[in-house]
Amino acid sequence: MKMKKTIITVVGHDAVGIIAKVCTYLADNGINILDISQTIVQGWFNMMMITDFSGAAKAFGDIASDLEKLGEDIGVQIKCQSEDIFSAMHRI
Amino acid sequence: MINIFEVEETNKMIEQENLDVRTITLGISLHDCIADDIDKLCDNIYNKITTVAKDLVKTGEDISLELGVPIVNKRISVTPIGLIGAAACKSPDDFVRIAVTLDKAAKSVGVNFIGGYTALAAKGMTAAEEMLIRSIPKALSSTERIMSSVVLGSTRTGLNMDGVRLMGDIIKQTAEATKDSDSIGCTKLVVLCNAPDDNPFMAGAFHGVTETDSIINVGVSGPGVVKHVLESVKGESFEVLCETIKKTAFKVTRVGQLVAKEASERLGIPFGIVDLSLAPTPAIGDSVADILCAMGLEQTGAPGTTAALALLNDQVKKGGVMASSYVGGLSGAFIPVSEDQGMIDAVEAGALTIEKLEAMTCVCSVGLDMIAIPGDTPNTTIAGIIADELAIGMINQKTTAVRIIPVIGKGVGDKVEFGGLLGHAPIMPVNKFGCADFVDRGGRIPAPIHSFKN
Repeated sequence: MKMKKTIITVVGHDAVGIIAKVCTYLADNGINILDISQTIVQGWFNMMMITDFSGAAKAFGDIASDLEKLGEDIGVQIKCQSEDIFSAMHRI
Repeated sequence: MINIFEVEETNKMIEQENLDVRTITLGISLHDCIADDIDKLCDNIYNKITTVAKDLVKTGEDISLELGVPIVNKRISVTPIGLIGAAACKSPDDFVRIAVTLDKAAKSVGVNFIGGYTALAAKGMTAAEEMLIRSIPKALSSTERIMSSVVLGSTRTGLNMDGVRLMGDIIKQTAEATKDSDSIGCTKLVVLCNAPDDNPFMAGAFHGVTETDSIINVGVSGPGVVKHVLESVKGESFEVLCETIKKTAFKVTRVGQLVAKEASERLGIPFGIVDLSLAPTPAIGDSVADILCAMGLEQTGAPGTTAALALLNDQVKKGGVMASSYVGGLSGAFIPVSEDQGMIDAVEAGALTIEKLEAMTCVCSVGLDMIAIPGDTPNTTIAGIIADELAIGMINQKTTAVRIIPVIGKGVGDKVEFGGLLGHAPIMPVNKFGCADFVDRGGRIPAPIHSFKN
């Protein structure tokens, strides 16, 4: 069965510990990270993680709102989306 | 593998450029609800809608959450009530009862509009359809969520001028019946020529008789996305301009296709079509008029507007058809005045008139839409405006429509506020010369010669 990937994006002002805090949450909730890319442009942090939610401890909606709150605590915006929307738009 | 720049581009479209899926519209056939007793009919209708559509809103919200894209509206369209009520309804008030039932069903499942309070009278009205049409002012003033449409022409059948003349009266009566809210009833009433069976957008949405028992149709939108991308091609050739619009339309439509397939799978209802229309909202940055200005016009309505809109409409279609397995509905650029801040600005600047809007309807996908006119406009003049617009559709083999609001008690220089997605608008002046002797003639205008294709 084809694995559905979830894209987690983190956008905001750069600070120490952003990646650590997000990855700790994901590890604690059974989410496997498949790929990470990240750019910092003039102090602006932009990260994308391709993840596998098939072993996740909670439902998608709960994880999405947990990550949203975590983002508010850290001072960044964290968004969870199915990869489908990006494949639909950028691949034929 | 998807890369970070693609993810950023998509999310920027959603967060900053107003990319959204404008509607998931569930079409439901009411043919199997037909009964010759009005109470039984209303029960059947209520039960069918609340059963088939029970998971629509939740499914829309789930998909929206998972994809991270707003799905702004969940709506329902039904088989034209002029057909469904024909056996049971003995008076316009019987039809109003169906309207109230539809409204109740819409509220029960949580959709914001339900379309299909419709008469398909392209050649002539049956007795039942005339009753429905005459019931419209009361139906629209005693419900909140129903949308009504009257089809009065097609390229194959010609124009039903008896119906057109009647609608001049009905629109004015609807305006009177809702005059305490700036005649808002008229924002829920549209007259059409060549109406498609699968349009997901209101007010003209109905579930056509050629359709299956139920269907999912999706309307996308993204004028803000197109406008934004055009800012990077200022001064470039027409080739570059067209390619840019086409590629952007592709990307926008892909989102609609994805949402439609997901909704269809989760609800277990077949996927019908994606309607790839650029539909504006009153929000800043969500305007079709702004696209025309980004193409190089000082104001919408200036010379060059019709050509620019023709180009835009065509490139949207070209980009969109590659993006979707089934395209239908209206599919093109919408020009509703009250729902587009750029259009409102153009009217207030004196750049845009009803006559220019009429020319623009020859090359885009809808018609004279959401236009506020003086409340004392004669009924015969309203009929004349409808006749003009339907003639454009009939001769050019396209859909055209009129959704016009004569605001009782207001005139040129006044403004109206409809609220929410319906927006606000200045009252536009209407040509003061009369056409009563023309529209009062009675009968129908025959189908044009080029419709004889056999």
